[in-house]
Amino acid sequence: MNAQPHPLAPELRAVSGRDLAALVASLLLVAAPHAEHSPWWVAMLVLSLYAWRVYLGITRAPLPPLWLLLVLTAAAMGGIWAQYHTIFGRSPGIVLLCLFSGLKLLEMRSHRDATVVAFLCFFLIVTNFFYSQSIPTALVMCVALVAITTTLVGFAAPQRRSQANLRTAGLLLAHAAPAALVLFLLFPRVQGPLWGVPQDAYAGVSGLSDTMSPGNLARLALSDATAFRVEFRGEPPPPQLRYWRGPVLWDFDGRDWRMGPTILSKFTPPVGGDRTYRYSVVLEPHNRNWLFALETAASLPPGARYTEDGQILSRRPVRQRIRYELESVTDAAPETAQDSGALRRALRLPEGFDPRSVALAHEWRDASQSDAAIVARAIDFLRAGRYVYTLEPPRLGVDSVDEFLFDTKAGFCEHFASAFVFLMRAAGVPARVVTGYQGGDVNPVDQIVTVRQSDAHAWAEVYLRGQGWVRVDPTAAAVPGRIASGLARAVPEGEPLPLLMRPQLQWLRSLRYQWEALSYKWNIWVLGYDPQRQRELMSLVGMRDADWRKLTATLFTVLGLFTALLLVWSLRRVVRPDPVQKAWQAFCRKLGARGIERSPFEGPRDYSERAARDLPQARGAIHRIGELYVALRYGAAAPPARIDELKRLVRDLRLS
Amino acid sequence: MIRSPLANPRIANWLYGFTPPERGVVVLRHRRVYIVPTRAGWLYGATLGILLVGSINYALSLGFALTFVLTGLGLAGMVHTARNLARTAVSAGRAEPVYAGEAAQFHLLLDSRVPFERPSILVRHVASGAQLVIDVPAAAVADVVLAVPAAKRGWLPLGRVMLETRFPLGLFRAWSYVEPDARCLVYPRPERTPLPPTSPEAHTGAARAQAAGSDDFSALRGYQPSDSPRHVAWKAVARSEDMLTKQFSGESAGELWLDWRLLPAELDLERRLSCLAGWVLAAQQSGALYGLRLPGEEIAPARGDAHRAACLKALALHKAP
Repeated sequence: MNAQPHPLAPELRAVSGRDLAALVASLLLVAAPHAEHSPWWVAMLVLSLYAWRVYLGITRAPLPPLWLLLVLTAAAMGGIWAQYHTIFGRSPGIVLLCLFSGLKLLEMRSHRDATVVAFLCFFLIVTNFFYSQSIPTALVMCVALVAITTTLVGFAAPQRRSQANLRTAGLLLAHAAPAALVLFLLFPRVQGPLWGVPQDAYAGVSGLSDTMSPGNLARLALSDATAFRVEFRGEPPPPQLRYWRGPVLWDFDGRDWRMGPTILSKFTPPVGGDRTYRYSVVLEPHNRNWLFALETAASLPPGARYTEDGQILSRRPVRQRIRYELESVTDAAPETAQDSGALRRALRLPEGFDPRSVALAHEWRDASQSDAAIVARAIDFLRAGRYVYTLEPPRLGVDSVDEFLFDTKAGFCEHFASAFVFLMRAAGVPARVVTGYQGGDVNPVDQIVTVRQSDAHAWAEVYLRGQGWVRVDPTAAAVPGRIASGLARAVPEGEPLPLLMRPQLQWLRSLRYQWEALSYKWNIWVLGYDPQRQRELMSLVGMRDADWRKLTATLFTVLGLFTALLLVWSLRRVVRPDPVQKAWQAFCRKLGARGIERSPFEGPRDYSERAARDLPQARGAIHRIGELYVALRYGAAAPPARIDELKRLVRDLRLS
Repeated sequence: MIRSPLANPRIANWLYGFTPPERGVVVLRHRRVYIVPTRAGWLYGATLGILLVGSINYALSLGFALTFVLTGLGLAGMVHTARNLARTAVSAGRAEPVYAGEAAQFHLLLDSRVPFERPSILVRHVASGAQLVIDVPAAAVADVVLAVPAAKRGWLPLGRVMLETRFPLGLFRAWSYVEPDARCLVYPRPERTPLPPTSPEAHTGAARAQAAGSDDFSALRGYQPSDSPRHVAWKAVARSEDMLTKQFSGESAGELWLDWRLLPAELDLERRLSCLAGWVLAAQQSGALYGLRLPGEEIAPARGDAHRAACLKALALHKAP
């Protein structure tokens, strides 16, 4: 239409100092958590890019030329390639995004570029959720969201005070919340992924593995991370019965225990048992297939598979927090049927290792009547041996079992389990190592049992003819305190323990219990809200078999309703019409209908004079109305009685 | 070439929801407020799409939450943008007369009528592109002055004015048109010309010009097109290239008639009116009692600002006979 520049067009509005400060603050909020998992040089580089841009903003110096930014980009990408050997994948992708935020900042001149940076912040928020979706992360990201919204409002109203813009941002987010909640609950959830996710997407999750070597469980035990949480219907079992069964290790090479091939089998519920426990497990992702169950599982979660040695496996590696329902019985009769192949495998030992242990085992064999007697001898041996339970076991050489049993006499549960199973096999008793978790902390707030990585444990199972596979916990024999009262009491004083296991921090633990209870609810209802939960919730409000069509229809209805409500809110009559003005307008309308229209320039006095001249029969009333109106409208006070009089006069005015 | 359907006033009036010009106070009802996403708004939409797909693919519950909060934010932003403009009451204030060639200062009063602030509202005169951005305070009236160039004498209607806002998020652009019934009187561009001589009796320019002041020659000055050929110093012209006019003194007393017919006949209408406007200003300055005579119109001699305004108005609105 014309060549005038548009003053609201973002490409023409320069970024002010305040805009820059708000943007950099938002960026710091969303990028800072990434410093933890990115290479140190990337964190430094990103921080210096931000600082550089702030410096240029303060000094009002020109921004760096394009070629310099291109060189920087190329160098940064080269560095990332050197670090990760790829630029695709999750971690390098996130690091690249952080770098680009700094580089984009350095070529940001107008509000158009600044808006792009603000939107980049949204992506950076999501990348934080790859690493953590905990309540603190969510809170920090909420703060970041307020900051970004305020930044955007600041772009639209540069002349306005920052507090006013912050208030507007708060109001906008408050108005966004109901729609967000409705969308969260009703948006049809699809079970991802839509396409292959990068190889490294699940790196850095901790948990048990399919091998066990001296020292690796002790390292895991230093972690406070939650392995899973269990909600029992009713009383949880006592600590000494809380054995959570995981990987079973068969093959020993003198140092490491390995799982070997897994053989699937049909699940048959155990017989007998003195008590049945029903519970649900919320398992943290560990990138493996094991589903942990209280020994002995009496049912399988839907879709799970069962192996011959009693492991429960999910079909796909557990890469998201999952929840499953289970039933277990304690003290069930062990399974007796076992094929000879498996028993031969449970006796196999590497040649030429640990001669002293082999000799000891042969000695027991010759002196004992039965396999059960050998087991009893071994337990007596460990109990009498004054073994030390420690998280910092000494390093072992080639004959690891010999050195542990006879020389160092200090180890963690994997040392005990490994040595015990070795002795049993050498003595001709079929045995295997079972790893998993033992114990768990009962939260007094909500009775939920939290099992941490520090509860990782290894024990043994021996095959006794007529009885089947029987659990033997050599650690419990050697260090009884470990099972009864947990890791903290069992290790010698002065050894580093996971922070929350230290006995002197009682108050911290009680705080932790409250926090854990809250986290559990958060995990179940916010993070664990999946297609199944959605169906459950919908049937709760009376929508049976909610499919995506029904959900979408409901969603759009509710969203439409929400927008309509907001519109009504924005349209609401906030300024009540003045009753005096209303009466006067009614008076003018009445006169207008008789052909006496008020000209725009005509004051009330002139108008009523003219009307009174033209309509002599209503002269008195018209005069009085004019007088009253002038007095009420322009006078100092407006007594209600006179307003009523004006209203009455206008209402009763008869002009014909 | 295809004509825009908006060129048809009936279609335009229906579309814009009003028939110009609008008298009195114009309230921008929702029907008149249009709203579309800006380029940033489309980019925001694309961002939401990517966030949603990413959240599904990685099964990020908080990713879903963020996407949905941002969706709600977009919706709320849309309503807030429309709200920032809707129900504003626009009325036209006075526009003081100006001379052609100057800019008419149109006052527009934007009455917020709501208890909240309306920041960053662009007011733009569509035809001329005159524009400014203002904040309308809560429950108060903002006075906007639009400087519209006045090229021609006569009444200058304000014409269509666009109000636009992108507040609060810049994701949507809401705008509305108003065409208040406001006009500005534009006087002819005054041309500085020496005043005609005073003559209480004279009725025709020619007679008066001879009777008065032709004997009291005072000086020579540069020729101006309104000068009578009789006053041109032809001898001086012969000596030099420049046209010079003889000036006479003794013109201060008595009535001064600013007469259309005193001006050379070869001047066109606009030029004559410009000269007359210049005379009016000069006469006002000299403090003389002056009257104005136009074909078919005569203003009796008087003094003062009101008289000057009446004379200039007659010149501004004069139509060719």
